[in-house]
Amino acid sequence: MANISTLNATGAAIDAVGTELASGPRGKKPRKVLSRRNVMIYGILGLAALYYLLPLYVMVVTSLKGMPEVRLGNIFSPPMEITFEPWVKAWAEACTGLNCDGLSRGFWNSVRILVPSVIVSIAVASVSGYALANWRFKGSELFFSILIIGAFIPYQVMIYPLVIILREIGIYGSLTGLVIVHTIFGMPILTLLFRNYFAGLPEELFKAARIDGAGFWQIYGRIMLPMSLPIFVVAIILQVTGIWNDFLFGVVFTRPDTYPMTVQLNNIVNSVQGVKEYNVNMAATLLTGAVPLIVYFVSGRLFVRGIAAGAVKG
Amino acid sequence: MTDLSTSVSIRDLSLSFGAVSVLQNLDLDIRDGEFLVLLGSSGCGKSTLLNCIAGLLEPTDGQIFIKDKNVTWEEPKDRGIGMVFQSYALYPQMTVEKNLSFGLKVAGMPKDEIAKRIARAAGILQIEPLLQRKPAALSGGQRQRVAIGRALVRDVDVFLFDEPLSNLDAKLRSELRVEIKRLHQSLKNTMIYVTHDQIEALTLADRIAIMKSGVIQQLDDPITIYNRPKNKFVAGFIGSPSMNFLNGELAEEDGKKVFRTNGVSISLAGYEASEALTPGRKAVLGLRPEHIKVDGDVTTEQAHEAIVDIEEPMGADNLIWLKLAGHMISVRIGGARRYKVGAKVRIGFDMTMASLFDAGTEERI
Ligand SMILES: Nc1ncnc2c1ncn2[C@@H]1O[C@H](COP(=O)(O)OP(=O)(O)OP(=O)(O)O)[C@@H](O)[C@H]1O
Ligand SMILES: [Mg+2]
Repeated sequence: MANISTLNATGAAIDAVGTELASGPRGKKPRKVLSRRNVMIYGILGLAALYYLLPLYVMVVTSLKGMPEVRLGNIFSPPMEITFEPWVKAWAEACTGLNCDGLSRGFWNSVRILVPSVIVSIAVASVSGYALANWRFKGSELFFSILIIGAFIPYQVMIYPLVIILREIGIYGSLTGLVIVHTIFGMPILTLLFRNYFAGLPEELFKAARIDGAGFWQIYGRIMLPMSLPIFVVAIILQVTGIWNDFLFGVVFTRPDTYPMTVQLNNIVNSVQGVKEYNVNMAATLLTGAVPLIVYFVSGRLFVRGIAAGAVKG
Repeated sequence: MTDLSTSVSIRDLSLSFGAVSVLQNLDLDIRDGEFLVLLGSSGCGKSTLLNCIAGLLEPTDGQIFIKDKNVTWEEPKDRGIGMVFQSYALYPQMTVEKNLSFGLKVAGMPKDEIAKRIARAAGILQIEPLLQRKPAALSGGQRQRVAIGRALVRDVDVFLFDEPLSNLDAKLRSELRVEIKRLHQSLKNTMIYVTHDQIEALTLADRIAIMKSGVIQQLDDPITIYNRPKNKFVAGFIGSPSMNFLNGELAEEDGKKVFRTNGVSISLAGYEASEALTPGRKAVLGLRPEHIKVDGDVTTEQAHEAIVDIEEPMGADNLIWLKLAGHMISVRIGGARRYKVGAKVRIGFDMTMASLFDAGTEERI
């Protein structure tokens, strides 16, 4: 801010010397940094940020303390002596009621659940969104309405029937079953997302491709996909965070040895053996939350770039 | 018109979107090599008709023939048509060359043939230096040229244009208009061209079809459309500044047919269909601004006195608005002739160029 205004000021000064006419306002109007408006906006933003960051701060500090220090009870004070032991323990040694190899097992389970679920659900949803937007078939409106209604039904209602269905098919408790469940529950919102995006692309592009003789898959793969990076990034963010943070489906549809990280975390935090190791629990929670956080930071930038790239009109 | 020479023929075509009926029982025959312009106001169904011909919309009823083959159920690619859109519709992620070759590749054409066709189209449209660029790096005129090129490489019998120039600025539009005309003269393909710009229609067309709410009002060559409009809608739609309309009735005075409006009698001597001019019939007299003569130019026996109300100099021409018997009449005169507001002028009507319409049906008498 300050830099820009001084630059402007020097620019104006040079002009004034050069022409001897240039008096009075010119160019950007200088704004007071400490105006009432700015104080309000930044004040409120600052408070809100503080409110959200404080718990995170407490968690980070606590996870870096040893147990004796935690017992002192000063949860806001920084660690007197930084130790990474709780992190190591949370990752590799913490015990649930069943085993004692920490979160690492859950992490790899989660990865094995996440990757296929994200890929399959986005593939299915993008194709159906594309079909709904561009190839209006008989009953497509009805299909779409049903899908949208599906988005409003609380999914707890469907869990029991789904368990029975998966059991009958014989994939209950397997990762395949869970991937299918994630794909199904991702469908409504993702299909809506993709349909709206594809419907927003110029219709004439689709018509031109049809005149060029391209079929369903050719138009999808060679015309639509390359133009849809931004919406794919959005879908990936949604699915990665959603599936990673999922707890309910993880508990219901997997067995203890394939529990995802969130369930593992719960079991560690809630296991009742000996003393409660707050520092380990905090570290474990932070570890579990790290993946969505990293996704936000990495893809957030990609996301902006994707939108900028997609904004070029053809 | 024999069947042999028709290129596109539309029989009894109807199309409705649900309850909204856009086209009703439309018949249209387009000759081989003809440049047909579909002209009409926004929303009258021009694009819909074009999309039906292209196979992008399924008609509710009726048939479409291209080169004497019934293509009503054919896919767009099998109809032998190429289409150019208003928004260019270039594939943004592909270079110009890829844009041109996409359709040919999809059709599985050998590489050297593709290269040959692209070279030819690029030569005709002078876009060789642009072949490796993406559409985003082209100007509007260049993009539209590429879009035309995409139709050109397909080597089709029929070109369909949907308002190809309306996204361009005025200067570019007139340049490309000439280029399209030249293209038609050298290729001799059938071209169907949708526009709502009457200058484009008049300059390009062999024949113009004027549409109003899904119905073709008149299908004729530009001169006939301009001078002998079939009804009041066509007369008012074509021509800028538009035709003057005077409401009144037909009468006979001293054995001569006249048109009476607000107490003024205008002699109809010279009007083509004088037998149909039954006295007492309510009618509308249509006169184009350039068919009204002022002062020294008056050649007709009868002259009327009018008062200059407003003057609109337009460079080459000067448009003056005159008050005559309670009507405002616009008259086009040479740009050098100027009149003072309030001046009295003598005007004469060129009845050989006039149009009379029935006041009820609005059809030409
Ligand atoms: N998919 C659709 N569903 C319902 N009505 C439609 C649809 N497409 C077009 N219409 C209607 O059909 C009519 C004709 O549309 P069309 O696009 O053919 O007009 P147009 O003559 O090309 O107009 P313009 O000059 O503005 O392009 C319009 O009234 C429009 O509202
Ligand atoms: Mg249109």
